[in-house]
Amino acid sequence: MSELLQQIINGISLGSIYALIALGYTMVYGVLRFINFPHGDAFMVGAFVGYYAAPRIVPLVGGSLLIAGPITLLLSMLVCSALGVTIEKLAYRPLRPRPKLTILITAIGISLFLEFGGQLVFGPDPKSFPTLLPSAVIINTPNLVLRSTPVIVIATTVGLMLLLRFIVMKTKLGTAMRAVSYNQSAASLMGINIDTVISFTFVLGSSLAAAAGILYGSLYPSINPLMGVFPGLKAFISAVLGGIGNIPGAAIGGFIIGLIETFVTGYLSPTYRDAIAFGILILILLFKPSGILGRAESEKV
Amino acid sequence: MLTVERLEVRYGGIHAIKGVSLSIARGQIATMLGANGAGKTTTLRTISGLVKASRGTIRFEDVELTNRPPHEIVALGVGQAPEGRMIFANLTVKENLEMGAYLRKNRAEIQNDLDFVFSIFPRLRERIKQPGGTLSGGEQQMLAIGRALMTRPRLLLLDEPSLGIAPILVKTIFEKIQEINRELGMTILLVVETGELMIEGKASEIAKNEGVRKAYLGET
Ligand SMILES: Nc1ncnc2c1ncn2[C@@H]1O[C@H](COP(=O)(O)OP(=O)(O)OP(=O)(O)O)[C@@H](O)[C@H]1O
Ligand SMILES: [Mg+2]
Repeated sequence: MSELLQQIINGISLGSIYALIALGYTMVYGVLRFINFPHGDAFMVGAFVGYYAAPRIVPLVGGSLLIAGPITLLLSMLVCSALGVTIEKLAYRPLRPRPKLTILITAIGISLFLEFGGQLVFGPDPKSFPTLLPSAVIINTPNLVLRSTPVIVIATTVGLMLLLRFIVMKTKLGTAMRAVSYNQSAASLMGINIDTVISFTFVLGSSLAAAAGILYGSLYPSINPLMGVFPGLKAFISAVLGGIGNIPGAAIGGFIIGLIETFVTGYLSPTYRDAIAFGILILILLFKPSGILGRAESEKV
Repeated sequence: MLTVERLEVRYGGIHAIKGVSLSIARGQIATMLGANGAGKTTTLRTISGLVKASRGTIRFEDVELTNRPPHEIVALGVGQAPEGRMIFANLTVKENLEMGAYLRKNRAEIQNDLDFVFSIFPRLRERIKQPGGTLSGGEQQMLAIGRALMTRPRLLLLDEPSLGIAPILVKTIFEKIQEINRELGMTILLVVETGELMIEGKASEIAKNEGVRKAYLGET
């Protein structure tokens, strides 16, 4: 029983990472209708910002993780937002009238650029992520050891999701984002500047990827420039599972993939760890391409 | 108020409109007639900046509109309820109307206009929390017009507001359009399917304008 509980906690905390990344895939897909491949690498950059910033911030605030944690998180979100907005402005915007394939190939190119550029700048060897979240033992029984790290990861994720929900559902820009994702022409007839909304979408998505990077580093403290590849793919699969373009769907998909992956690793064999996500992708594409919450209707615009 | 001169638009290789000229005076309800595919929608989309003109000029109150981005054109005072309504199906009626007021800051004025929209289309008030996609065709048309009104345009472009709507509602909608023109003194350019013209007397038809007749009624 406690073994099961342990697995569930592990699954949800891994799922938190996937869910946060998946939200960015799905939101960008919502407004631009393509898969922003470098998004997984934004997650990597987010972790590296934490890696370099945390050791400098922690002493500045007198060693308090309670203060250093949020500051590092915010800084990383800021850097990744700038990165996301820049990629969109320089690479995607000029290509917007072109066929989707052109943009897709560009996206893959940028992704490779960040991965190998990362190896050049950060070095290819794994680095150990600094301690940012307190890892006190909360529960300690023979079968169940619960540390504070996953609890903080899950709580932060839920907090960010609620904040995102508020922004998307209640603010003017968030509403404009939903309008743009439904129909760009109609949105621009309302006086909405489409470029602003797209930039804003990249800010939201990249911020969440950055947060995922920091939380991932805290959960699994070894980071490297290629660390975004698999979590990025699995988050993408999560977004497809939830229904690409659907925001709550991406969050649900992330948690499901995280849980399944943890269960398969724990109860079947770690060999299938990565394969299982792709198996799920194939099943969704075969049986319900619109995903769990996806709209069944054909794509608009 | 609006002057379009020798406007030409191409979609790739397709020459959709070849030299349209028209002008509309302030306070008028102008109607644009023409067969299917004549280029009425294309003309409106080009005025609103959704489509680029390959030649010609569009001027609105002495400001050149030609090939400006759509959001600037809305800011300059040209609103449009597009063909096919294009309601945000995923947004509530309220949110749809709020998007119309996207560029506006004055809350009191926005509330005033919202009240005006509800006064001419009371049905919308009853549906305020409902997603736009669940409205009937006629209700969606009211919402499309209401949403365009919320941009507070000085010139309102309406593209076939009667399309796919029951005849009894068509009459209501055209009455409301006249009411908008009368109450707000708003200039309106109305695209109607040929033979469907319901407004009589008051509307001065730009179809009677020579250039337009050539562009629309002569060809096709
Ligand atoms: N996106 C497009 N790509 C290519 N051709 C287009 C496009 N939109 C319109 N056209 C063509 O341009 C011409 C004018 O179309 P438009 O929609 O402006 O006509 P319309 O007068 O509004 O017709 P209707 O009364 O049927 O609404 C048509 O021949 C149409 O096929
Ligand atoms: Mg038309």
